[in-house]
Amino acid sequence: MPDATGLELIAQELREAAPDSVLDTAFYRGRAEIRIEPSRNREVLQHLQDRGYTFLASLHGVDYYPHEPRLGVIYELLDMVEVDRLSIKARVSTEEPRISSVVGLFPGADFPERECFDMFGVIFDGHPDLRRILMPEDYEGFPQRRDFPVGGEPILFTHNEAHNYGVNQ
Amino acid sequence: MEIKREVLTTPQPPVDFRARQLFARDMLRGQLEGEDLERFVEESVLTTTVEKAVSWAMGNSIYPLTFGLACCAIEMMTIVASRMDIARFGFEAFRASPRQADLIILSGRVSIKMAPIVRRIYDQMLEPKFAISMGACCSSMGVFNNYALVPSDKFMPIDVHVPGCPPRPEALAHGILRLREKIQGNAKDGWRARYDAIGTEEFTDPAGDERHLESYHDSIRVIEGHQRHPPFDEVGDASGA
Repeated sequence: MPDATGLELIAQELREAAPDSVLDTAFYRGRAEIRIEPSRNREVLQHLQDRGYTFLASLHGVDYYPHEPRLGVIYELLDMVEVDRLSIKARVSTEEPRISSVVGLFPGADFPERECFDMFGVIFDGHPDLRRILMPEDYEGFPQRRDFPVGGEPILFTHNEAHNYGVNQ
Repeated sequence: MEIKREVLTTPQPPVDFRARQLFARDMLRGQLEGEDLERFVEESVLTTTVEKAVSWAMGNSIYPLTFGLACCAIEMMTIVASRMDIARFGFEAFRASPRQADLIILSGRVSIKMAPIVRRIYDQMLEPKFAISMGACCSSMGVFNNYALVPSDKFMPIDVHVPGCPPRPEALAHGILRLREKIQGNAKDGWRARYDAIGTEEFTDPAGDERHLESYHDSIRVIEGHQRHPPFDEVGDASGA
């Protein structure tokens, strides 16, 4: 982890390399995070990759309902030489859930982006094959969004069964 | 209550082991005659029906399918190991092909996307076939009662549900023994006959397969004395006209 000072240095570098890309920084419980403008995510990640954060450990979505903008796309980066971790957070709204794909930079982002699209409905522009990965192709809705019903089935247990098959037949 | 002691009128077999041995030897040599021969046959021959014998054999030679869905599969593997050793009951040979298996154990959660595949595997198994739903997830969806899963009763006939999360191997062994009881007690071929579902078969081309369906129903009717389901008569009439 970069310490709080190191985080500010990285943020300053990013501000110079890609103006208006950094919205905020936070350092909480030893974890460094940078909140970025979603439209600038490729530039930011390109810069960080060149700087040594060559491994995308995870890419995942979050629904911050009821806060706006609701959806978050989080990139967890790892510098494998320095053993340094950094979280990059971008927030997009549900009305316009678009962010550009980073498959060109990190080929391993392919499936995580598909999963994020599957579960949260974030559209990754420029993704080579953006379709559902876990849910069936014809599934409607994005089940990990907070306003999606949990679903499930009412289950017939013995205690609420009118006729107990196999016992009182 | 008064106890009466009296000599039984029916002939008693010799109690001494050596005497029984000599008795059997004489029988094999054809030297037993008359009452002795009657007595020998009475005590050494057991009569039953073919149906009972077949169901007894069927219940003691189930081959489960090598098929695991989730964490319950780990418990399922345990029942073939030395502690539970399901081979004692003739269940030991896990078959890797649905064509050779009699029993499918749904060991884990079935997602909506997996359900058609499970059903296809079940359809590929040959009759008589049986299904055990193992664990909470595929019986009542357990802790995963949400958008992603489907209970197994929704898409295939289940013979035995084994509750637990996951069930201990003992529980699964108990479930298997209950299945054995079921097979031996009620020797109906085919799950459609067992669950009164004859006529629910699906074919891609009902007219083309009508002849096979006819013979299939004939065979079932002979075995079970079942009536044919009306919708298929209608299908038959429509294609014949």
